[in-house]
Amino acid sequence: MAKIRVLIAKPGLDGHDRGAKVIARGLRDAGFEVIYTGLRHTPEEIAETALQEDVQVVGLSLLSGAHNTLFPKVVNLLREKGLSDVLVIGGGVIPDDDIPGLKAAGVAAVFTPGTPISEIVGFISSNVKC
Amino acid sequence: MLNIEAISQGSKRALARAITWVENDQPEAAQLMKALHGQTGRAFSVGITGPPGAGKSSLVNWMVKLWRRQGLRVAVIAVDPTSPFTGGAILGDRIRMADLTMDDGVFIRSMGSRGRLGGIAAQTFAVGKLMDAAGYDIVVIETVGVGQSEVEIVEWADATVLVMVPGLGDDIQAIKAGILEIGDVIAVNKADRDGSDKLVAELEMMLSLAGPRDWRPPIVKTEGTTGAGVEQLVAAIADFRGYFQASRLGEERRRGRIRREIVSMVGQRIDRLLEQTVAGLSGWERLVDGCLAGTDDPLSVAERLLVEMGIGRKIRQPDTIDRP
Ligand SMILES: Nc1nc2c(ncn2[C@@H]2O[C@H](COP(=O)(O)OP(=O)(O)OP(=O)(O)O)[C@@H](O)[C@H]2O)c(=O)[nH]1
Ligand SMILES: [Mg+2]
Repeated sequence: MAKIRVLIAKPGLDGHDRGAKVIARGLRDAGFEVIYTGLRHTPEEIAETALQEDVQVVGLSLLSGAHNTLFPKVVNLLREKGLSDVLVIGGGVIPDDDIPGLKAAGVAAVFTPGTPISEIVGFISSNVKC
Repeated sequence: MLNIEAISQGSKRALARAITWVENDQPEAAQLMKALHGQTGRAFSVGITGPPGAGKSSLVNWMVKLWRRQGLRVAVIAVDPTSPFTGGAILGDRIRMADLTMDDGVFIRSMGSRGRLGGIAAQTFAVGKLMDAAGYDIVVIETVGVGQSEVEIVEWADATVLVMVPGLGDDIQAIKAGILEIGDVIAVNKADRDGSDKLVAELEMMLSLAGPRDWRPPIVKTEGTTGAGVEQLVAAIADFRGYFQASRLGEERRRGRIRREIVSMVGQRIDRLLEQTVAGLSGWERLVDGCLAGTDDPLSVAERLLVEMGIGRKIRQPDTIDRP
């Protein structure tokens, strides 16, 4: 039986993972397998983990403000590894003005704080073929 | 596309995809496992089990680094429990193994225990075989040692390391009793904590009470936080491996595993056949009605189902089948 596998990763240097953990639990409760890797990963590590774990979704969570460089970097590294099918979504404190640019760079959706988990679950379920 | 070539040449992407097929029980998996079997049997598999939070992943992180220094390539399967209510899981073992992600000679895969047809142990073992075929010298399997199924997983490994910690109280008594059966090497982790010497003494005593054996599991004190003792742990595993290969144990375990592999695959197919037979039965509820009314009985229905499945008559003469 196939299952949706999601990597939840925190690129960058901020040391807060409460938000990421709440999302991880919410996705687990929706029946997904969530690979959680903890804090402070480079885009290279995130892409390599996505490859080994063969996930369909990578969820990036960032509070430090470096999303405009780090999110597109992950998208590009995934493409380089032949993983362009992987759905990349982002979350955290991200100004509305930055969202169109992130989407243009290949981030499928951006969820700002306060988004109900059900909305994220719905987005993943309808965008991942399983 | 099967891509057997790519797997044996060490493509991580091909291996990762193949593992997914096995996990999902996709048709490609069966073909692949048949084709790859001849390339397996080289890797040494090490199961790591113990109570939740004992420090298993932290130790694996250090152990892998030492094996890498010996020039060995290492693959890790980290199994975490699937929620029986939602079917979901949080797989968090990689948190402690972050140092290994960018190492070319290491491959890590997290798995949920799921509710697997044929059992988690058989399927985890199949994943291990893929890693073996991909050229990894050591395959580590980490599972939480709480349920029967988790203990079963490590029974498929060549060697088992049992990780214990001081201060867990009475719950641990049951696990301690089990060490006589499952641990080939015992790590007393969190040796920085009070009570570790006492735990070592207790474990030594239990092993002594069990009487003399060809292999007495060595007990090694470790610290998953600093890596202290891990060199001795890796050396103890190497000693066991020497014994495993020189004695009859190695061949016995591997033969036992092949028997279990075959039996579990047959069981898996019978389960599926039964599901399909029941699903395709137009009069299923009528059979139940008969049992409810007392005009039929479940055992007779079961026997008729077996005939329907095409195995009814043979099952009634088990003595004509060679026992494993
Ligand atoms: N004090 C102390 N803490 C340790 C030691 N080894 C590991 N820990 C801590 O114990 C906690 C659990 O460690 P893990 O390595 O995740 O344990 P685990 O057995 O893999 O846990 P599960 O996979 O969740 O069952 C972490 O906070 C570690 O830092 C040790 O030797 N001493
Ligand atoms: Mg662990």
